[in-house]
Amino acid sequence: MVGALRDHGFGIGTGETVDAGHALEAVGFTDRELMREALAATLLHGERQRPVFDRVFDLYFPLAGDSDPAVLHGTAADLAALRDRLAAALAAGDGAALDGLAAEAVGGFGGFGSGPESDGWSSYQTLSRLRPETLLARVRAAERSEEPEFADRLLDDEIRRRIEAFRERVRSEARRRVAERQGRDRVARRAVAGTVDGVDFLLAGREQLAELRRTVRPLARKLATRLAARRRRAARGEIDLRRTLRRSLSTGGVPVRPVFRRRRPGRPELVLLCDVSGSVAGFAQFTMLLVQALHDQFSRVRVFAFVNRVDEVTGLIARGAADPAGLGDRILAEAEVTGWHGQSDYGTALGEFADRYAEAVGPRTVLFVLGDGRTNRADPNLAALKRVADRARRVYWLNPEQPSLWGTGDSEAPAYAEVVDMRPCRNARRLGTLIGRLLPI
Amino acid sequence: MTTGFFSSVDDVAERLATTGYLASRAVATTVFLADRLGKPLLVEGPAGVGKTELAKAVTEVTGARLVRLQCYEGVDESRALYEWNHAKQLLRITAGRGESWDETRTDIFSEEFLLARPLLTAIRSEDPTVLLVDETDKADVEVEGLLLEVLSDFQVTVPELGTIRAARRPFVVLTSNASRELSEALRRRCLFLHIDFPEEELERRIVTLKVPGLDAALATSVVRVVGALRTMDLRKAPSVSETIDWARTLLALGADRLDERVVRDSLGVLLKHQEDIVKAAAKLDLDAV
Repeated sequence: MVGALRDHGFGIGTGETVDAGHALEAVGFTDRELMREALAATLLHGERQRPVFDRVFDLYFPLAGDSDPAVLHGTAADLAALRDRLAAALAAGDGAALDGLAAEAVGGFGGFGSGPESDGWSSYQTLSRLRPETLLARVRAAERSEEPEFADRLLDDEIRRRIEAFRERVRSEARRRVAERQGRDRVARRAVAGTVDGVDFLLAGREQLAELRRTVRPLARKLATRLAARRRRAARGEIDLRRTLRRSLSTGGVPVRPVFRRRRPGRPELVLLCDVSGSVAGFAQFTMLLVQALHDQFSRVRVFAFVNRVDEVTGLIARGAADPAGLGDRILAEAEVTGWHGQSDYGTALGEFADRYAEAVGPRTVLFVLGDGRTNRADPNLAALKRVADRARRVYWLNPEQPSLWGTGDSEAPAYAEVVDMRPCRNARRLGTLIGRLLPI
Repeated sequence: MTTGFFSSVDDVAERLATTGYLASRAVATTVFLADRLGKPLLVEGPAGVGKTELAKAVTEVTGARLVRLQCYEGVDESRALYEWNHAKQLLRITAGRGESWDETRTDIFSEEFLLARPLLTAIRSEDPTVLLVDETDKADVEVEGLLLEVLSDFQVTVPELGTIRAARRPFVVLTSNASRELSEALRRRCLFLHIDFPEEELERRIVTLKVPGLDAALATSVVRVVGALRTMDLRKAPSVSETIDWARTLLALGADRLDERVVRDSLGVLLKHQEDIVKAAAKLDLDAV
């Protein structure tokens, strides 16, 4: 199990493994939840690792359920009966009953295939036959008290959350059964999603993006500490030979006290130019929020967004910190980022940026371009990017696609990479490292 | 190795409950392990879920002495560990005119002139001790280095006196709001516990326990509303202590059930930012009626 956790990027030393052994000895092996907490306390170093840990734990210490595959193809009558019991359990919020029902549901309706090699268990199949989300009205009817109360208006949301929790139970039960068949090591590597900062921007679902947004502030804090430390170290500068010699005159030409060249204090200006069209929007928004959270590290931050027209959204981002979820919609609604069609057009956007906002970029500016460089077969307009790059101190292009895809289809990434420094940036962890490394002091 | 306060996980839960601290299963298990393995316990979680309370509750049930180190930016070795009482040393030197320097020197660096700060106090204590290092994340990184030595071996080196070893291992609780990332090395030395907002059922019991006069149905509604608020993306989600405050407020207002008016009027007890209040009011349809 420790091996599987390490595969997911947990730094677990031998010392912790030994502690985990002691801990298990102390709590005993009878209560599964106690074992879970004991291992979590000794092996984890942060709360963000917890979801991954829970899934791996479920694989290695499965519920002591009956492992005989019950009926493979439950009948319609069974299904209706199961739905009835599920509705009752949801209304009661009974965790143990829900666990049992999840196991039963996967056993009854989640099996597919029949050969010893091919048969497996599918949470998708179980859920699509069981359709727990349609139970909402029934659960509500069962729970609504005669006298309507204020808190009852929260009921729908509560039930939805409970249903989602049940779906998660079904998923982990299906994973467990698959693991029994295929060997848990393989499943642990493949089927357990990593921590959220390792999720690919382009593949992240809505919920993962929302979770990612919640990590913006901690990440920004971490980066700010790192930048401040670097600035402190760098403030010392190099030895100023001329002044050292001048001072050495008082000690008879022996340079007793070296003089350091003071760096001029000055924080860099930062300009973001973000593609906010469809697929890369999540990446761009996350980065915008991150940069906004870091704003006191820079003397000036300006953010521009484009699809095929460019508009400044600095003000929107500043307000967006309060409502990160609605940021994308607001940019699309309030800023003029699209012309007469909705496809991204880097050539036009870059040209317009170079013409209209040339003053935003100067010798102290670091410009980050965020986007996948997919121009929809339009002119990439390398000249405009070149003009901007000549004015700026540095230009970095962060591309959320993996390098092997650059240049495929309508991607002009290689052409842009000739002009500016382009780096792949597929997840939040990588983004954090890149920003920490690339920013000037 | 062990501090030997508790005999089992259930024992932890039961005894903490007698002080009014209702521990979840995870909390009880980790406290038990910290006790049994003799390792420091690092507690993280949002503000107001009872991290500091946990240390106090453990102190109370075990009859130990609580030594508290409150961290802040700029806390240093002389505040955390020990410092020499310079004024007294000077007096001693002045008083002892006529004696040789060697005599004075050995004399002024002795126990008598040592001012023990929390870490040293906890280590030297002969009685059972709970050492609470509060808001560890507020302290600078250098202090973490100091904690490393103290927490891994429970010993402190004072150059003039030699190494002082713990006579009795204190039960150590470190709390953090994660406003700064603690170092990996420190995390390795500790057991990790994340206290989150409690489950609905547990929170209902906490509220009933802390606010005795509250009607049971009202308590349920209160907890449900707070739970719903926490799922909204607010700047500061209401914590347990705010739930309790709110319950007290409702009791004081004489409300026997929740309605739009009562909730709208008292939302300020739960939420501490105007924009949160506006948002919550919109989501809860408070203005529609």
